[in-house]
Amino acid sequence: MDNNAQDPMVPQLYEVTRTIRETHDSFSLHLKSKGDSDIPEFGPGQFNMLYAFGVGEVPISISGRAEKSGNLIHTIRNVGSVTSALNDLKKGHTLGLRGPFGTSWPIEACKKQDVVIIAGGIGLAPLRPAIYALLKQRDQFGEIAILYGVRQPKDLLFTKEFETWRGKYGIQVKVTVDSADREWKGNVGVVTTLIPRVSFDPTHTVAMICGPEIMMKFSILALKQSGMSEKNIFITMERNMKCAVGFCGHCQFGPAFICKDGPVFAYNKIKPFFETRDL
Amino acid sequence: MKSLESIIENHPFFKDLEPRFLELVTGCASNVRFEAGSFIFRQNEEANQFYLIRQGKVALEVCPPNRDPVIVQTVSDGEILGWAWMVPPYNCHFDAQALELTRAIQLDGQCLRKKCEEDHSLGYQVLSRLLPIIGKNMEATQLQLTDIYGNRS
Repeated sequence: MDNNAQDPMVPQLYEVTRTIRETHDSFSLHLKSKGDSDIPEFGPGQFNMLYAFGVGEVPISISGRAEKSGNLIHTIRNVGSVTSALNDLKKGHTLGLRGPFGTSWPIEACKKQDVVIIAGGIGLAPLRPAIYALLKQRDQFGEIAILYGVRQPKDLLFTKEFETWRGKYGIQVKVTVDSADREWKGNVGVVTTLIPRVSFDPTHTVAMICGPEIMMKFSILALKQSGMSEKNIFITMERNMKCAVGFCGHCQFGPAFICKDGPVFAYNKIKPFFETRDL
Repeated sequence: MKSLESIIENHPFFKDLEPRFLELVTGCASNVRFEAGSFIFRQNEEANQFYLIRQGKVALEVCPPNRDPVIVQTVSDGEILGWAWMVPPYNCHFDAQALELTRAIQLDGQCLRKKCEEDHSLGYQVLSRLLPIIGKNMEATQLQLTDIYGNRS
């Protein structure tokens, strides 16, 4: 977090270099630093606080780095006042950015293992940097399976990349939707139904899951039924993150702060709290 | 070429079924294939068959009045299609349409029901394989109803 070394609470100015309409309610912003400092290094799974001036600040996971420019990409679902203000930004506009913050997906722990990635809805965005990291050193890993569930076909993110992941890297990419019309020729059903349809050795597999908690809960259950150990399951949590450095306590989750100790957790470390109602 | 019995024996639904039961089940079975786009059964039809999917993909569709059909589930390789043959009044609840060329074993529901009634041990075997699937389908439906991909940003 070099660019924030002086004060992690002070946003740096970033310029929007590109906007991409990903789905009917999701979009991506490409950002470059307006200051002297370079774009900071980030780990897959980390997030930034994006500040829409005069409106507010929201935690948004980094969804990648632009191939040519190296600019930061954030993929955002337009669900509230701040994300709506971010949605209105155009090329050349400026926003504030603090970060990156939080823990990363365990790419090193995946080496010589099979990897199962389960994403729900916008949850594919925080996992995409992990997918890129796996692809970069593809020969270090066994089978890789990406299981992706959304509400309807129109909610699917990054679909153009699926064929590259399948064809060039031999990744098993399975997609399912909750319901569809007759135009859709793919799978329909919850994302957990895809688990038995991919090949992996449950005793030598690391799983990374990102999505709504209820989806993660049932995915964990299905992975355990397939023979996976809890200690090899990693999830990412989301709470009301404000300061992003563990001071304010808004995102406290049992003994942990999601912003500082997460958002990526080994499931066995937070299991008692994950299963506590109203926490 | 594989015999019908060996295909049934190797399908996950009848995995580890005792040979005496396998013989009874095979007596109700036939090999079928459905071209992409063809309907396997229609909503409200009598449910006299169920299918062990060997290869392919089938969409289950709800057809609400005055609305376009909605696909609510797909089943594919190694799964089964249809359980209404086991539960009165034996009516299909959905349309089932093959999304791609689908090969399956068709089991005559009336034939199998009769054998299950005559031999309760076979009935137990069939029901104990069917119930977890019905349970999983119900769980999946509940998850779909909760709109789990709702509001994450």
